[in-house]
Amino acid sequence: MSYDPRNLPQHPDFLWANPEPKSSYDVVIVGGGGHGLATAYYLAAHHGITNVAVLERGWLAGGNMARNTTIIRSNYLWDESSAIYEASLKLWETIEEDLGYDVFFSQRGVLNLAHTLQDVRESVRRVEANKLNGVDAEFVDADGVRELCPIINTDNLRYPVLGATYQPRAGIAKHDWVAWGYARRAAELGVDLIQNCEVTGFVKDGNRVVGVETTRGRINAGRVGLCVAGSTSTLADLAGIRVPIQSHPLQALVSELFEPVHPTVVMSNHIHVYVSQAHKGELVMGAGVDQYTGYGQRGSFHVIEEQMAAAVELFPIFARAHVLRTWGGIVDVTMDASPIMGRTPVDDLFVNTGWGTGGFKAVPGAGLAYAHTLATGEPHALNAPFSLERFETGALIDEHGAAAVAH
Amino acid sequence: MLIIDCPHCGPRHEQEFHYGRQAHVAYPADPSALTDEEWAHYLFYRDNPRGPHAERWVHSAGCRKWFNVVRDTLTYEIKAVYRAGEQPPPEYAALARPGAVAGTAPETTKEA
Ligand SMILES: Cc1cc2nc3c(=O)[nH]c(=O)nc-3n(C[C@H](O)[C@H](O)[C@H](O)COP(=O)(O)OP(=O)(O)OC[C@H]3O[C@@H](n4cnc5c(N)ncnc54)[C@H](O)[C@@H]3O)c2cc1C
Ligand SMILES: [Zn+2]
Repeated sequence: MSYDPRNLPQHPDFLWANPEPKSSYDVVIVGGGGHGLATAYYLAAHHGITNVAVLERGWLAGGNMARNTTIIRSNYLWDESSAIYEASLKLWETIEEDLGYDVFFSQRGVLNLAHTLQDVRESVRRVEANKLNGVDAEFVDADGVRELCPIINTDNLRYPVLGATYQPRAGIAKHDWVAWGYARRAAELGVDLIQNCEVTGFVKDGNRVVGVETTRGRINAGRVGLCVAGSTSTLADLAGIRVPIQSHPLQALVSELFEPVHPTVVMSNHIHVYVSQAHKGELVMGAGVDQYTGYGQRGSFHVIEEQMAAAVELFPIFARAHVLRTWGGIVDVTMDASPIMGRTPVDDLFVNTGWGTGGFKAVPGAGLAYAHTLATGEPHALNAPFSLERFETGALIDEHGAAAVAH
Repeated sequence: MLIIDCPHCGPRHEQEFHYGRQAHVAYPADPSALTDEEWAHYLFYRDNPRGPHAERWVHSAGCRKWFNVVRDTLTYEIKAVYRAGEQPPPEYAALARPGAVAGTAPETTKEA
């Protein structure tokens, strides 16, 4: 990283063009968040498929991509999950060279706290599973937690900190820069990024999708890939299919800027908060989803209130910090807390969804695998287990322990 | 925060309630006759509309009874509250047929 991260360089005025949509593309990607942009980049860079459009109803990364708390890690429990999240983490480790663009990926580690005996058991089990899958992981006791993050209060709280899992290679990145980095490279390679273009319907020939209706006219497509996160059910309804997704509001907040006080990332499923300190100095915090389904891109005040109470208990020095901003996104949740990526019952219509509260970290890995799927019509080894059919076969990938509240 | 008008206790804060997801999803009449697809839809597929939605809530910190709510998922406005076992108001009758939105749910999961 060549800059002082607290004093970011100025951007050129435009990183990509704003082309008029053509009448037809080999691949149309719906949704210009992280997943859509990364998929477009890997289609062009790895498969030489450049007659591609990304259709975004608003502006690039105006959805969850620039609303998340940017936590990146790969310490999930099951083999299928650690495979895709670890592949993604490896891509994060080279992304700045690959894209020729800084994304401020900072491997400052993540602590997932254990507050009960059950948490400790689950954590130790997950650490051992991680090691077997080649994911860096260790279990640290309360002294180890304080050593890694001296500002944590481990003893004097309702649920004392008994220990934590620690993944040193985990970290954070600047989410808007990640989107811009992918967008810029994809556009250079020939992809059309079309903003203010909402998909309003699908054109079908029998059971095959052959194009999309949009607010800027009909666009024909060889294949269509959905990357619309919380809007997946709405689009699936238009395509006449059902997806096992529930959309929930998820909130986050930042404080005013502070000197560096928080050296790592801390997450607690048990008391429902996760905290890091952004490059510029804001404390970044998130919590759990609102319990009900919703599309309002805002959440309830009591959820924020509870998350701040938990944060202050865990980090007493935050008590006088002021909240600068709170916001919400709409996350796409599955019953097994794992994503869905692959074919749909409609030919040539593919879906990438269900990342719920934790799909930012997966942007590079999922983009790579989904590009393969859209290029070949077949799932990549990384996304084959995450098919829609798993809800029928029963081969669920239950990541509630590693993903439930947190990421 | 929602104010939910419990049909038994009157208006209370959302924190007194737990969310029970989509209402009117009937247990299959003959479970062993279901195909894997039908069973998957019964277990894992729920409607997720952007707009009015019929859903169950339980007043955990009050009367502890389940009841039904029609809530707009975009505005979060509560349109109707009615007791367990009752049907939604006529203008929301379609919401008592899960899967009706896309028209694609297997027949067995469409019943009220
Ligand atoms: C508050 C919050 C905190 C989070 N924290 C983390 C975290 O710490 N770590 C982590 O890994 N993940 C986190 N996530 C999850 C992560 O942000 C998402 O899983 C991920 O961003 C989803 O993929 P995306 O970027 O492609 O989605 P989005 O950015 O939401 O992209 C979807 C796009 O589709 C567009 N769209 C929708 N409908 C249409 C249409 N009809 N036509 C055209 N375009 C359409 C939308 O406008 C949107 O831009 C968090 C999410 C939230 C909300
Ligand atoms: Zn009551």
